[in-house]
Formats: sequence, structure tokens, C-alpha cells
Amino acid sequence: MSVRHALLALLSEGPKYGLQLREEFEARTGEVWPLNVGQVYTTLQRLERDGLVESDGEAEDGPQRGFRITEDGAQELAGWLRTPPDLTSPPRDELVIKVLVALRLPGVDVRDVIQVHRRYLVELMQQWTHLKESEAEHDLSLALVVDAELFRLDSVIRWLDSADGRLKRAASDPAGPAGSTDPAASAGPVPIVLPRMRRRTGVRR
Amino acid sequence: MSMLELRSVSKVYGAGAAEVRALWEVNLSVEAGAMVAVMGPSGSGKSTLLTIAGSLEDPTIGEVLVGGVALSGLSRNDKARLRRRSIGYVFQDFNLLPGLTAAENVSLPLELDGASARKARAAVMQALDELGLAERASRFPDELSGGERQRVAIARAVVGDRRLLLADEPSGALDSVNGEAVMRLMHAACKRGVAAVVVTHDAQLASWADRVVFLRDGRVTDQTMPPAGPESLLMPEQSQ
Repeated sequence: MSVRHALLALLSEGPKYGLQLREEFEARTGEVWPLNVGQVYTTLQRLERDGLVESDGEAEDGPQRGFRITEDGAQELAGWLRTPPDLTSPPRDELVIKVLVALRLPGVDVRDVIQVHRRYLVELMQQWTHLKESEAEHDLSLALVVDAELFRLDSVIRWLDSADGRLKRAASDPAGPAGSTDPAASAGPVPIVLPRMRRRTGVRR
Repeated sequence: MSMLELRSVSKVYGAGAAEVRALWEVNLSVEAGAMVAVMGPSGSGKSTLLTIAGSLEDPTIGEVLVGGVALSGLSRNDKARLRRRSIGYVFQDFNLLPGLTAAENVSLPLELDGASARKARAAVMQALDELGLAERASRFPDELSGGERQRVAIARAVVGDRRLLLADEPSGALDSVNGEAVMRLMHAACKRGVAAVVVTHDAQLASWADRVVFLRDGRVTDQTMPPAGPESLLMPEQSQ
């Protein structure tokens, strides 16, 4: 999420001071995203430079200086709300790479590696769920933030589960499609595999 | 106090080349007031673990203790009484009897155990009320939503003086909001001192537990450490 657009959203409700923006930003994000005052003022200066907000010109920088959104700022905000975030990044997720590396390293049980990461992710989810259980029942913003994090972590665990199942099937059926990883393994270490992925990604993009 | 204890429990089906080790040397202890989730893929032994913990099936080797009592020393009748009085079950498909109302479904285990109608009625209404179902007590299962049916199943599992709650994918058929409601209810039961075991392949469900045990090919392979406080999630770095 962009701090820049979050501040524009808060200013779309009416003129506000820097400190007020910081407090409201933290409250609206379920207080899971602390923001320092310096970050708020730096962002406001850039927004003003770009003509997206205006300030009380006479006042010096500081808590007494009020900011309001401009017409251009309102248009920028409306456009941002409807612009999908970039979810098309190439498959170079660090966890995926670790599993691919483990798959080809002699003496490493890739299913044990998967379990280490699965346990860590479940422990993280326990912490988020604990937060939800104790504090989010009456805080809608926090509940939405925690849910987003839980679904994100859950999707990674599902991928690990799927990888685990695929590896088990490959082990019991070496002639199957998953068994065709063998030539890659014999062709050399991991760097051979990763450039191939980049080429595929390049074609897709 | 340990409400449920599995000591080196193994369950083997078949023999010779056809032998299947559904569970192998499983040790598990669940304290009063704790919720333990057992996670694993299909065929990992989760459901077998639950049926053995609930005395619905005997282990091939090993010992199961419920409330400190070894099940191997109990007669068939004693086990049935233990199941009625001390153990509550929650299943994915609710297992409510369609011809009985919500209140009658919840009342059934108490009446089977010989409780008077008046005493059973009071306990049932208390359980339904705690789950927000007092107004739906006289409805039949097909007049209730999926979330309500599962709440009735939970009321039936915790009614009376049940000390051990065993759940098999308890929110499997529900959407995430209703699933969360079910887990909140089970969590509330644990806060009252009930010990719970939830078997699931769903990490979101498992994350409600105090401890998550991982099962693979019938063996316990790993478990989570006690979770750190949520403050560790709110590090300033996240604002970068």
C-alpha cells in the first residue's frame, strides 16, 4: 500500500494537520502499520510539489500547518483506487527457490525443508489469529488487515502442501511427470534451472 | 492436568505385505483448557488419531488415557459411558439427527445418560443460549443455516460436563466467517477448561490452536512452539 495515496484518502475527507494524518493513518490500518512523523511530512512535501495537495502557505513546517487535497489529488486518488496492484511479478519467490534448491542438493530431504517452512508459517498464523481473537472482534480495520495476512500465509502453506504431495507422488512413481525432474538434476546444479525460469517468464511478459 | 494422553499409540491394519501403519508410535498430551490442532494431508492418520482418542477404536499397541483413566482397563459399557459423559464430538457434516429439533439433538446425549428431562432441558437451553441459538431451539436441522447447524453440533458436544472436545474439520463446509465463529466458540469452551483436539488440513483453522502437531504417514513429525505475543508482528520495519 502507498503511504502517499493513504494520505490523499485521509485528506479527501477534509483539511488536516500532519500529526492528525499520522494518527488517523495508524487507526485506519488497524494500528499494524506504525508511521513516523518524518515520513508523513516528507510525503506531504512531495504531494505538494506534485500539485496533489495544498498547505497553509504562511505557516512554517510543523504541527500548525494544515493540508488539503487539490482537484488533481482527488483525480489521482480515484485512479489509484481502481488500478490493480502489480501481481504479475515473475516466480522468483525466495521460498520457491529454496525448495527448488533443496530438491537438487544431495543429502537434503526436501520434505523436511518444506516442513520447517510450514511450521514457521503456521506459527506466524497463530500470532495473527491470536491478535484477531484478542483485539480484532470490535475493530473492523484490524480484522481486515489480519484476514489479509492470514489468507496470504495460508496460500503459501497450501503451495507447500501441494509441493509435498507432488514430491510424495514423484517418489512412488519415478516414471511419472514429476519424475521428469531427474534429467534437470543430473544436468547440474540449480543455476541451470533458474535461468530457464527467467526465459519462460520473459516470454510470458 | 492432562485430559487426553496418547502413549506410544500405533494402529496397524492388515498384515504382511498388506500391512498399513495408520498411526505409528504417536505420543500426544492435551492439558485441560488447551486446544491442540493436528495437521496433515489426507491419509496421514488424522482421523484415526481422533477415533482412537475418542475410544471409538482401540489402538493396536499403546495406551490412551482420558482424564487420567486408561481406556484399556474399561469395559465396553464403561467406555460408552465415558463417551457420553466426558467426550464431545464435532464432525464436518454436523451429524445432527434430522427428525429432532435443535434442542432435542443437544439433549440426546444427556437423556441417553439418564439425566432427568428437567435437568437436561436446563443444560440444553444454557448451551444453546451461550451459542446464540436460544431462539432456534425448536427448529429442525433443515430449517437452520450451515453455521447454525454447526453451532448446534458444538452445543451438543459441550453440553453437560464434557471435558474433552474432539473435532474433525469442524468448519470444513462453512465459509470463512462462519468457520471463524465456530473456532471462537471452541476457543471459548477451552477457556472454560475443556481440552480440545482439532484435526484439519486447514492452516487457518489450526492457527486457533495453542499448539499445532504435524502428522505425516502416521507419525508425529513436528510441532509448533508456543506462539510469541502479537506485538512481535508490529515491528516498525513494516512501515518501510
